[in-house]
Amino acid sequence: MKAENEQALNFIKPHTGLAKMTRRELLKRSAAIGGSLIVGTGFIAGSSASWAMELKSLSPDTMATLVQMARDIYPHDSMGDEIYAAAVKGHDDKAAEDADFKAMLEAGVESLNAAAKQMGHASYLDTGWEAERTEILKSIESDTFFQTMRGGLVVGLYNQEAVWAALGYEGSSYEKGGYLNRGFDDIKWL
Amino acid sequence: MTAPFDVNDDSVVVIIGTGAGGGTLANELAQKGIDVVALEAGGRHLPKDYINNEWPSFSQLAWTDMRTTSGSWRVAKDFPNLPAWIVKAVGGSTVHWAGASLRLQDHEFRALSTYGALEGANLLDWPVTLAELEPYYDKAEKKMGVTRTNGIPGLPGNNNFKVMKAGADKMGYKECHTGRMAINSEPRDDRASCQQLGFCFQGCKMGAKWSTAYSDIPKGEATGHLEVRENSLVLKIEHNADGKVDGVVYQDKDGNQVKQKARAVCVAGNSIESPRMLLNSASSMFPDGLANSSGQVGKNYMRHMTGSVYAAFEKPVHMYRGTTMAGIITDEGRHDPSRGFVGGYEMETLSIGIPFMAAFLNPGGWGREFASAMDNYQNMAGMWLVGEDMPQESNAITLSEEKDHTGMPAANVHFDDHPNDIAMRNHAYKQGMALYDSVGATQTYPTPPYPSTHNLGTLRMSEKASDGVVNGFGQSHDINNLFVSDGSQFTTGGAENPTLTIVTLAIRQADYIAKQMSEKSI
Ligand SMILES: Cc1cc2nc3c(=O)[nH]c(=O)nc-3n(C[C@H](O)[C@H](O)[C@H](O)COP(=O)(O)OP(=O)(O)OC[C@H]3O[C@@H](n4cnc5c(N)ncnc54)[C@H](O)[C@@H]3O)c2cc1C
Ligand code: SF4
Repeated sequence: MKAENEQALNFIKPHTGLAKMTRRELLKRSAAIGGSLIVGTGFIAGSSASWAMELKSLSPDTMATLVQMARDIYPHDSMGDEIYAAAVKGHDDKAAEDADFKAMLEAGVESLNAAAKQMGHASYLDTGWEAERTEILKSIESDTFFQTMRGGLVVGLYNQEAVWAALGYEGSSYEKGGYLNRGFDDIKWL
Repeated sequence: MTAPFDVNDDSVVVIIGTGAGGGTLANELAQKGIDVVALEAGGRHLPKDYINNEWPSFSQLAWTDMRTTSGSWRVAKDFPNLPAWIVKAVGGSTVHWAGASLRLQDHEFRALSTYGALEGANLLDWPVTLAELEPYYDKAEKKMGVTRTNGIPGLPGNNNFKVMKAGADKMGYKECHTGRMAINSEPRDDRASCQQLGFCFQGCKMGAKWSTAYSDIPKGEATGHLEVRENSLVLKIEHNADGKVDGVVYQDKDGNQVKQKARAVCVAGNSIESPRMLLNSASSMFPDGLANSSGQVGKNYMRHMTGSVYAAFEKPVHMYRGTTMAGIITDEGRHDPSRGFVGGYEMETLSIGIPFMAAFLNPGGWGREFASAMDNYQNMAGMWLVGEDMPQESNAITLSEEKDHTGMPAANVHFDDHPNDIAMRNHAYKQGMALYDSVGATQTYPTPPYPSTHNLGTLRMSEKASDGVVNGFGQSHDINNLFVSDGSQFTTGGAENPTLTIVTLAIRQADYIAKQMSEKSI
């Protein structure tokens, strides 16, 4: 738990340089656009260029697939891709240090793409409807790859303060004097 | 003033664990002038150190040493190495308990007589009655500052309580209020009043909630008769040629093994570690472990029938604001077999933050249904269901194949629900969901039990030495200077949260130990 937790807290870091690029500059450096993501050499970015993430080990295509998979596992339509990217960034860090782990992730992404092809799509990322992607995920639900992704997201996604804010959880309250004078009993609609 | 005692001082009483049972007993004995060495596996964390953030707080306080699980309970699958969610720190689980402080009911001390024999259940009457405990319950409530006792006003109700209360009224429940809580509704005992922080499970940064960590233990230390040695993990209890215990071996903060001699030993490591210690102390004289002539050491493990119901509404509730356990309905606490089960259960508000909700709402769950529940978080209300579960001999703490970091066999926790537990849980889910539906819930989420927070019964009290491990004072039937001072003593579980009763028994046990010492019986 401890390692996961620390991992979770380390997820969101400023991604220097890249984040400041304009969309045009980003596109110049990018190799392909996958879904709502821009995929370039050694990085992925949001298509609006509002954020970008440098990769240590995983290929941008692999990472883009993991980001999509993360969203499909816990789909929150009000949350941007940067939140999901941050939630799986720890896997890239770990892959840089652990070749077996990296191979497991890459094989997992391969299996997603293979399943997508059987459905007549070019890749998992090219599978348009969530229902079909969910069907693919269901078919690998008991695999280590899926369980590693899902288990990691429980902390990696839901321990992000940005997620708390999006879901309406206010977090630490001691330094604000608790909720005694901040609405602990303010319910009106009952 | 702390009292440094020598490890060879064999006049001291050694207490293992400083939680509800051990911490209380340590102070009560010290107040009587009896010298005590309390050994605590965890470190000392005080209100200023507590963290208003669920996972970092968990890392700071929770017991994460090796444990294993078996049996058909879902925890064994979802959290195989986290059977229980309890604390390893000075103060034990009173650091992050919620504070609900209820007396057991009269008939619950006579479970076998009241419910009759139930197939598969190892029911037994307690060797003590409510009437015998009442004076000690009074003392415990006063010590802990329980609201709605001793003229202490109840806490104000938060949003989560208001939803519960509105539903209780619709359901025709009569007994719904903001609880009997060991949380200051006004400043008392040098502790502040509750500021409604909403992080009771992470340690109360206001110190408003009673905890042995910052109430009983410093008071005991101030007498000069109590020394608390933190980061001291007891490995085994040793005995002499007469079969009396004469000390304990522990691993100190530097990793050295040390023997502390003792006149008497009181075990209070919570109901998983206490039997583990007795089993790990097996010797040629006691090959099945200490105090185990009945074969009941580690058996009859109870965790209360539990479950939660969360519900989503059209508009915000913000259940996390304010006391975690902010109210209670006691109407279902009665014994009424017409509901299809024996014993009863309580309904108590509960809230957990986003990080824990993600882990506990439906462990292993994913997809749009799960995410949509999380999307509803700010519109959620929640309650915990807690009732009497059946003691079963096969539900047991045994020594695992796995070892902990010291090389000692870890505890394995085996648990299967009894049919009575399942019938009660289903009833409780139904009532909880109906309550929220009655005030306009748009979704309800019957949530499975968390890793155990109430661990009971593994060294139980019994009239006869053949039925249990200790007598009505927590004294071993086999070894008269060995005591059990925590929730392991419970003969049966009752429906109520156990801590008030653990504290009550510890206060009473202190009187008994003092008497036995002055009579030179021990
Ligand atoms: C989240 C949560 C909420 C709760 N809310 C409530 C509530 O509202 N009301 C209620 O009545 N109860 C509540 N409880 C339960 C309550 O905390 C426990 O019932 C009570 O603290 C148990 O007391 P104990 O003395 O048996 O053990 P604990 O308080 O757990 O103390 C045991 C101590 O022994 C130490 N120890 C164990 N093994 C060793 C060893 N080998 N050597 C040295 N030290 C050792 C541990 O580190 C620990 O500090 C809650 C529990 C949790 C986890
Ligand atoms: S809500 Fe009250 S009791 Fe709970 S942590 Fe805050 S101040 Fe303490």
